[in-house]
Amino acid sequence: MIEISNIEKSFDGNQVLKGISCTLETGKCNLLLGGSGTGKSVLLSCIVGLMKPDIGSITFDGTMFTNSKVDIRQEIRRKIGMLFQGSALFDSMTVAKNVEFPLEMLTPEMTPEERRDRVEFCLKRVGLENAGNKMPSEISGGMKKRVGIARAIAPNCTYLFCDEPNSGLDPATSIKIDELIQEITHEYNITTTIITHDMNSVVGIGDHIIFLHKGKKLWDGDKEHILNAEVPELREFIFSSSLVRAAKRVEQEDGPAGLQHLAAEPLSEV
Amino acid sequence: MLSRSERFKVLWRRFFEEATNIGVNSLFVVGLVAVFIGAVTCVQIAYNLTNPLIPKSTIGYMVREMTVLEMAPTLTSIVLAGKVGSSIAGGLGTMRITEQISALEVMGINSSSYLVLPRILASMFMFPLLVILAMALAIIGGYLAGTLTGNITPQDYIEGIRSDFVPYNILFALIKAVVFAFIISGVSAFKGFYTEGGALEVGTASTDAVTNSIIAILIADFVLAAVLL
Repeated sequence: MIEISNIEKSFDGNQVLKGISCTLETGKCNLLLGGSGTGKSVLLSCIVGLMKPDIGSITFDGTMFTNSKVDIRQEIRRKIGMLFQGSALFDSMTVAKNVEFPLEMLTPEMTPEERRDRVEFCLKRVGLENAGNKMPSEISGGMKKRVGIARAIAPNCTYLFCDEPNSGLDPATSIKIDELIQEITHEYNITTTIITHDMNSVVGIGDHIIFLHKGKKLWDGDKEHILNAEVPELREFIFSSSLVRAAKRVEQEDGPAGLQHLAAEPLSEV
Repeated sequence: MLSRSERFKVLWRRFFEEATNIGVNSLFVVGLVAVFIGAVTCVQIAYNLTNPLIPKSTIGYMVREMTVLEMAPTLTSIVLAGKVGSSIAGGLGTMRITEQISALEVMGINSSSYLVLPRILASMFMFPLLVILAMALAIIGGYLAGTLTGNITPQDYIEGIRSDFVPYNILFALIKAVVFAFIISGVSAFKGFYTEGGALEVGTASTDAVTNSIIAILIADFVLAAVLL
């Protein structure tokens, strides 16, 4: 569990995070939801230690991360796996080498055979058992995300962070990536935090959702309750989707039967 | 960069990779430039040496002194500032904007120790070797140009390059090579490592790395000559 307490962060006098406090729960997909420029990425950077908050504290399972000694921070960082928005795979290494890299660097006690077995297992887990010898430039965006996930889980991470895992992917691939992240989270009981503004992810894997708006936390809850939330900014965010608006229009005009009809139509008809 | 550095085995492997990249991959360009520097130096000295009282072997002597003291270390370093400097800055800059450096940091890896230190050490190791090669090839280039154009006989040239040899000049050239290597790799790594923005900024970082390195080399060249000669 990660506890975030009263985090504030400013850049050149512009306050991006305004006293955010929340808890990221273990064994759940915690979604940081919000529009562009609301401070989600900055908050994530503060949590993983790429930025230092001006005020506030972050603890990982009771261990203070902010303002701790370098050794303690390093120890926590070695339990962190992260999937970056652009995947951030190392261009000069093959897919298998990318997955092996954190094992080689962080677990010197592992033998080369053990590392190879672990790489094979992780690649198989994300469905890329035949892509080990390919270079990152030779695989698709969706495959890069899978490799990023495999690299993140390779050293048995306790905390998994995903920065917009669906960006640049088609809806079907996005759902598959979401499902993969959710399966891994439940399977290994890890604390997963996902930055997103994709409503498919919200209703699909939102075990715990934190809604940010203009640097403040306005709401947190789960996917069962988000559609009934009484926060105007959140309602505006959710119902700004063209698809949702079309569904609402059809429901108003034709009732629930119209919605069923709409679901059966191709998206181009909506 | 030096505090919390990575394990020796990791650094050694990275050093070896970078030494190959910086040194071996620069052999052709360094060799080509050195041969032509020696050739042009020889031909131009011969053109200017019209006094019949000055022995022809002076051409060989001057080619040796010019290449050892100045041409080989300085011009080779300026060429390498273009090749190695832009490669270091471009490589690190691309890693920065594609979040590869952030990925290393999130993993708990000291990114500057892993990425920058091996590049600087490999440069400081490989540059003197490349300069020694450049010295030899420049003298051979001078020999070929001088003898093929009929400006000097092989015997006169060899007599010239063997006369009044000061071993300290070689040491001076190698000191210059190490200092220039540190300047090029350090400046380029700094420019690349702290790149912000996108592809345009990576290009700017590479250009700045080369320009700043060359200016720093010229200043350092003067300072070293004033202090050490």
